[in-house]
Amino acid sequence: MLIELKDVSYTYGKDTVYEVNALNHINLGIDEGEFIGIIGHTGSGKSTLIQHLNGLIKPTSGQILFDGSDIWEDGYNLRELRTHVGLVFQYPENQLFETDVITDVMFGPKNKGLSKDQCEERAKEALKQVGIPENFYKVSPFDLSGGQKRRVAMAGVLAMDPQVLILDEPTAGLDPAGRDEILGQIKYLHDKRGITIILVSHSMEDVAVYAKRLLVINDGRIAFDGSPKQVFTHYRELEQMGLAAPQVTYIMHRLHEKGLTVDLTATTVEEARRSILLALSMKKSGGTEEGGGSPWVK
Amino acid sequence: MGIIRASKLGFDYIKYHDDSEDPEKINAIKGVDFDVEKGQFIAVLGHNGSGKSTLAKHINALLVPTRGTMYVDGVNTSEEEELWKVRQKAGMVFQNPDNQIIGTVVEEDVGFGPENLGVETEDIWHRVDDALAKVGMLGFRDRSPNRLSGGQKQRVAIASVVAMHPECIVLDEPTAMLDPNGRREVLECVRELNQKEGITVILITHYMEEVVFADNVIVMDRGQIVMRGTPRAIFSRVDELKHYGLAVPQVTELACELKQSGVDLPDGILTIDELVEALC
Repeated sequence: MLIELKDVSYTYGKDTVYEVNALNHINLGIDEGEFIGIIGHTGSGKSTLIQHLNGLIKPTSGQILFDGSDIWEDGYNLRELRTHVGLVFQYPENQLFETDVITDVMFGPKNKGLSKDQCEERAKEALKQVGIPENFYKVSPFDLSGGQKRRVAMAGVLAMDPQVLILDEPTAGLDPAGRDEILGQIKYLHDKRGITIILVSHSMEDVAVYAKRLLVINDGRIAFDGSPKQVFTHYRELEQMGLAAPQVTYIMHRLHEKGLTVDLTATTVEEARRSILLALSMKKSGGTEEGGGSPWVK
Repeated sequence: MGIIRASKLGFDYIKYHDDSEDPEKINAIKGVDFDVEKGQFIAVLGHNGSGKSTLAKHINALLVPTRGTMYVDGVNTSEEEELWKVRQKAGMVFQNPDNQIIGTVVEEDVGFGPENLGVETEDIWHRVDDALAKVGMLGFRDRSPNRLSGGQKQRVAIASVVAMHPECIVLDEPTAMLDPNGRREVLECVRELNQKEGITVILITHYMEEVVFADNVIVMDRGQIVMRGTPRAIFSRVDELKHYGLAVPQVTELACELKQSGVDLPDGILTIDELVEALC
């Protein structure tokens, strides 16, 4: 197991009037190569949780293990941990500060103590991975579009060559094309580079498509932990938590209530399409799958 | 004549480069015509950089046209002495709630606008009460804004505009930074202001689900209006929307794909109810 949280609790402003229990006895294991989505309403504790994963916040009680070692043990190298577990904050473009793109991306590896050539190599590789072409290297990051800035900021984290990449709402404020682009790149990093991904999102449609495992955080606890399909079948409970399921989930349930035998676990448009076509053809052929099969399913 | 009327509106700006002497002229808006009737709910779509925010900023004279004209309730926004009048008539709500709240207490923030308009103190209090009630935030009047949720902050921002007694509210991606709950809160609040108070609403958004309730939709691309019509008409042109870098609501996309697979469905399905009705 790559990251393990054992009975982790965190309290903001402990022993003051503003005391808030942000995390309550969290137990969580994350394996190498996973693609995890995290959802939860604002204030549910999800941001607090992810900041524990690279040691930005020290738990009030409980243990956090990375690769089997307790990260809060005396002498543990937290700086090194943060190069293994990269965290891309919300609106990471606000953290760009250098005079040109390539220097900005080189900042991380430089702090890691690599030579200038190595830093440059890392930076170029990272920029390539996020689809920023060479003619942008010498441009000021402040002259880029919103989506480009965000990709440069992601490259800054990738240049550290992390094993785990945590992204806090990486698509907030982007248009649909920009959203698809960023998510596509994250998927590429997961599939081709084998990076473990933890994606915090408010878009149920996005986590349904990309995440293999979905965590729902509510009141500082893990309310659900399962595949998106499993989790979204609890859509009524999710609503109580201020969340929702993808629109498709609602469509499928409504169709089912109306007597169409569709797959209730479908969460993407493609799954829904197949399931509805199948159900319609079965209905037409008198409720059995024999006789004509399904003329609409290609 | 509509309440917001742009005719041949163009906006250019000059961009200076470090390395070259010659500044570059960029046409952000290229001759846009539109006319919004009082009380309408208009949604504006377009990918990042399509010019929709630039256009929106013309409605309350944060920008004035470099070509053509913009009239708000009969007032030409290019006339500098009319600036206050224009800003009172058309209020604006931005994406980031933290960037537009200036008061240390909610009621103070809402009172800031009318105070600047020179409204009598007594009347300011009435307006603050009234505006907070309309967005459902009256119970939070003596709270500190920084302890509110994102959706609550946006509703305070909307109340601050409402307290100016505007004819029209322009919202530039007001829900982009909110969770689903906050998004719902803000949208319900905006719809209510439109329906009950008759305030004209211009909503810029990337969330297609929010567009469904609009009277009319405008799609922008490269500084021009490329599509306009009712949500139903716009959303039945799925391929065209995709061409402009936009998506449609999942239910519309699903309906479109089912139709392409040979299922007999009407065009431009917008809601779950419509799809369920058509299929069962």
